[in-house]
Amino acid sequence: MKLRSWFVLPTWIWMVGLFAAPFAIVFAYSFLTRGVYGGVEHPWTWENYQRLFDTLYLTILLRSFAMALVATLLCLFLAFPAALFISRSPKHKNLYLQLVMLPFWTSFLVRTYAWLFLLRDTGLVNTVLQKIGIIHSPLQLLYNDGAVLLGLVYGYLPFMVLPIYATLERLDPSLPEAAADLGARPWATLLRVIVPLSRPGIIAGAILVFIPCLGAYLTPDLLGGGRTVLVGNLVQTQFTTARDWPFGSAVSMLLMLLVTVLVWGILRRESEQLT
Amino acid sequence: MEPILEVRDLVKDYPGHRALAGISLSIPRGSFFSLLGPSGCGKTTTLRLIAGFEEPTSGEVLIKGQVVNRRKPYERNVSTVFQSYALFPHLSARGNIEFGLKRHGVADISDRVAEAIRLVGLFGKEGRKPVQLSGGERQRVALARSLVLAPDVLLLDEPLAALDPKLRKQMRAELKAMQRRVGITFLLVTHDQEEALSMSDQLAVMHDGRVEQVGTPEEVYFRPRTRFVAGFLGAVNWIDGVGIRPEATRLAREAQNHGAKSFPALVTDSVFLGDCFQVIVRLATGEEAVAQVQRSSDVFQPGESVHICWNPADEILVT
Repeated sequence: MKLRSWFVLPTWIWMVGLFAAPFAIVFAYSFLTRGVYGGVEHPWTWENYQRLFDTLYLTILLRSFAMALVATLLCLFLAFPAALFISRSPKHKNLYLQLVMLPFWTSFLVRTYAWLFLLRDTGLVNTVLQKIGIIHSPLQLLYNDGAVLLGLVYGYLPFMVLPIYATLERLDPSLPEAAADLGARPWATLLRVIVPLSRPGIIAGAILVFIPCLGAYLTPDLLGGGRTVLVGNLVQTQFTTARDWPFGSAVSMLLMLLVTVLVWGILRRESEQLT
Repeated sequence: MEPILEVRDLVKDYPGHRALAGISLSIPRGSFFSLLGPSGCGKTTTLRLIAGFEEPTSGEVLIKGQVVNRRKPYERNVSTVFQSYALFPHLSARGNIEFGLKRHGVADISDRVAEAIRLVGLFGKEGRKPVQLSGGERQRVALARSLVLAPDVLLLDEPLAALDPKLRKQMRAELKAMQRRVGITFLLVTHDQEEALSMSDQLAVMHDGRVEQVGTPEEVYFRPRTRFVAGFLGAVNWIDGVGIRPEATRLAREAQNHGAKSFPALVTDSVFLGDCFQVIVRLATGEEAVAQVQRSSDVFQPGESVHICWNPADEILVT
């Protein structure tokens, strides 16, 4: 084998061992029968996929898509002004970027728990609001869709800020100047020139936020309190308490298929736009 | 007649560096005016202050007699053709040309766009995106995009610099013709003296943030007021305290007496340029000089003793 072939070997080991093999296992499991104490047994069956068409599961899937979509849109509306601000900052770009990435220094789990302490009935938010007399009994801030959305947006916001920042940073500064020169007021320049030209960053950020939000289980589990079942929680439950690995595998396969089709469709459309 | 554009004592400071050290200019309505100078002389800064992209440290910009210092670019009726053209890459040629009209809420957009497309000769290519256009076509889009707004002044920042040399010469003539046809005041920024001389009605030569001289191309070329202007507009020999351009000199084997100045010199090199020879000579004082010699005349070889002569009327007198 040539020397340079050895250099790609780690990549192959990684891809086969950590992607292809687990994928094949999950794919195979999804066509098997559940074992009594978890695990899988023969015979082969389509039944797991037929069960997916139950309205209960379709509703969970639809809810998950809706939550992920709303979280992505919220991230976009928060991230775009932030990215624009950072890219226009004359001096402190690096500082601001560090601040965007600062949360990554702590475990996601710990940060999500921190939200619990902030939002629970005796948490900081409720305590402060009661102390200053705005409310008299604690608000129900946890264990609802709003709390889950908050957690998702908080967790994935940096993945939206960074790609948008990258495209704004590359934007030719004479383009907004040309727009103003031709009579465009700041809002028109933003909507007609800056936003359309940061489209690649918006698409990349949306994909980076949407996919993990769609499969999220930690945030809905902790902040949703189990009341908000999303597809990530469904998969988790099937592999743990429900001990139905084949059905959990089938849900995973469906989710992967949907995400693949969606991302492939978006990327294909984008590459057509470029020509 | 009142000038359409005026700048008064314009100063622009950047941290640790003065880009403009107080310039005043008055640009007549309907004229083709150039700012000529080397890079870093402040010509582009001047243009940016007029367009409103930056605010002057002190001094005033007046359009039609009104001070516009505080007005934003979208509140000034001037338009810029950028050096890189700055076309919107996501819009077609037509989309780019329509952009300003839409922002101004103009009614007869399609008529005016069609007229602009015809004016710059882009017919049939309106639907293309900037990446699908050649350099020359992109420039036409940039011109049309600005001209369609009928600005008081069209500002052109090195508009020909990105074109290949052949196209550049052709576009010079076209730009000039276009300016005459539309009657809009053009203010061109360039470092190319040939460009400024061939297109302008008037030009200002700039150096180190100051205006060295303003005049017609003939005035600044034949009667430069400073050594810098003389040297920037073309080659010049400095002999015995006066300046003389190479094309105004002759070489002779004998000393010339009747009315001409004449200095003995030694040929050091001779370069064939196609339509003429450039002969480099050294004078007795050690000074070097360049003479432009017609192809049909004598051929001078390095090492030959000659006399470099000229008519005193062609001398350049500077302060």
